[in-house]
Amino acid sequence: MTVDSQNDNATIGIFARLQPLLARLLQGGLTLLAVSLLIFLAARALPGDVANMILGQSATQEQLDLLRVQLGLDQPLWWQYLIWLGGILRGDWGTSLSNGQPVADLLALGVRNSATLSGVALAVMLPLSLLVGVIAAQLRDGFVDKVFLGMSMVANAVPDFVTGTVLVALFATTVLHVLPAVSFIPPGDSPFSYPDALVLPATTVIIPGVMYLARLVRVAVIDVMATEYIQTAELKGLSPSRILFRHALPNAVAPIIPAASLVAAFTVGGVVVVEYLFAYPGVGSALVDAVTNRDLPVIQANVLVIASAYFIFNLIADSFAQRDEAAGQRQSKA
Amino acid sequence: MEMTLTTHQWVRSRPVSGWWRLWASTQVRWGVILLVAMTVLVVIGPFVAPYDPAAPVGKPYAEPSAVAWLGTDNLGRDVLSRVLSGGVYLAWMAPVSALLSVVIGAAVALVTAYYRGWTDLVLMRSLDVLLAFPGILLTLLCVSVFGPQPILLVGLVVLTLMPGVARVIRGAAIPLLDREYVLWAKAVGTPGPVIILRELLPNVSSPLLVELGLRLSWSVGILSSMSFIGYGIQPPAADWGLMVSENGTGLGTQPYAVLAPILMIILYTIGGGLIAEGAARVMARTEGKA
Repeated sequence: MTVDSQNDNATIGIFARLQPLLARLLQGGLTLLAVSLLIFLAARALPGDVANMILGQSATQEQLDLLRVQLGLDQPLWWQYLIWLGGILRGDWGTSLSNGQPVADLLALGVRNSATLSGVALAVMLPLSLLVGVIAAQLRDGFVDKVFLGMSMVANAVPDFVTGTVLVALFATTVLHVLPAVSFIPPGDSPFSYPDALVLPATTVIIPGVMYLARLVRVAVIDVMATEYIQTAELKGLSPSRILFRHALPNAVAPIIPAASLVAAFTVGGVVVVEYLFAYPGVGSALVDAVTNRDLPVIQANVLVIASAYFIFNLIADSFAQRDEAAGQRQSKA
Repeated sequence: MEMTLTTHQWVRSRPVSGWWRLWASTQVRWGVILLVAMTVLVVIGPFVAPYDPAAPVGKPYAEPSAVAWLGTDNLGRDVLSRVLSGGVYLAWMAPVSALLSVVIGAAVALVTAYYRGWTDLVLMRSLDVLLAFPGILLTLLCVSVFGPQPILLVGLVVLTLMPGVARVIRGAAIPLLDREYVLWAKAVGTPGPVIILRELLPNVSSPLLVELGLRLSWSVGILSSMSFIGYGIQPPAADWGLMVSENGTGLGTQPYAVLAPILMIILYTIGGGLIAEGAARVMARTEGKA
């Protein structure tokens, strides 16, 4: 009897805990649906007739009409949207209007390159921001710390293409000539085979990310070091490095996790400009090219992929932030 | 609490309005000075420019000389004249975008925070949808549909930045609703709009200024990035972001054609950054005291 009621409580507990997550997921699904509708309508509203673009100026009216029927352009707009959405869900992303290749294939290449770039950037960014943040906290209010704070303000205010162009001038074209200014990676090759082509685009993303996260680490470490718990450890005579790495750092990591997911989202959102700057062959540069060529299926696919990745990282950041808030409320009630 | 105060005075005592405390911050002051200086430079720039920014004065990518102090660009136009004339669009579009984002965002945040109810739910959820879309994508899509008109660009930047402002200000306003001075104002029958303007608004002044500085930097960022990727201000107009992309290939031979406009963008964004930084420090200090 008691066991049963405990089980009941446990089930209710799980539901109570799952409910906000389910609500977020449902809300997330609806948001992505709204985003897909927005993309569909925006792409349809692009000037220029698709059939005209494919067949060129010399096409006859009959040829145009036939192609429109083939492409489903004679159907009502809502039906076209449903057909398009169904195709996306089945993995049929259509064919590129500019080169006739399946969009799914083009997208796979771009996604791999962009994911490599963002992945490398994040893999360097997170440990580096811990290191920089801890050093700044240890040297609090000293010269190094002040220089760090100033640089961090500048790095976060300045747009990515400015950071990137300054890096190009420093390392590729003007001061030193050690790295390529343009990231040439042949289609189908892994970006890891061209490590020097990855360095500058990745660094462009890493600098503002580290400067933002390291600041949060710095504040978190300073706060933790001021707690009674660390002061007790100091009184016990633990070595400063042991206090820092075993006690302070683990407590300082928690508050930056949502911020790190947010930086991941910004990294994804920023690929358009950074990839364009370095002509890096990812989803961002593919999107700019597709917009220039009015290549509707490619535009839709790339925007949908970037928006989804951006949304997922934002969702992760949100759920961490909400969990922390809930934990904070529990603590303040206790 | 101090016994010398009457209950009335005690309940009415609230944090001194934050505006003057913000101006006392060195960083806020330097940020404002920098922005004013940049604005003056941009406004008088076209009048003091030695040449017509659209007319060629020499060979492409000529090095700095007595004729062209910063050399020439990809089409042989004077870099100095183009830099002096190249901030005109940014100088009105960025502040207008930032101000509209903050004003609309704060209005939405304070009204929904104060009145709650279903409008609150609907508004905040629709802002979440906007937040789910990376700003540059929305801007790129819409500009490719409707063309790069300045008014449209400003509207898109506002649409991109405003939801974030609303979220932050709402977060700052909600704890204020339980404070004595707000409850007191409600209890004596002060109308809602008056409470919002007289009690809530002055007490979110620090986060508002943080947002204004931050969003100004970001407006400059989005607008100049759009010019850079070719979907903002169109050639042959002189524009800093556009100059960076036009002269990118000449970076090795004539770096000034790229570095001069870059320096202008950096100075402009740092102005906003300093204001945000100073206001955030003031906020941290007052919160520490509370």
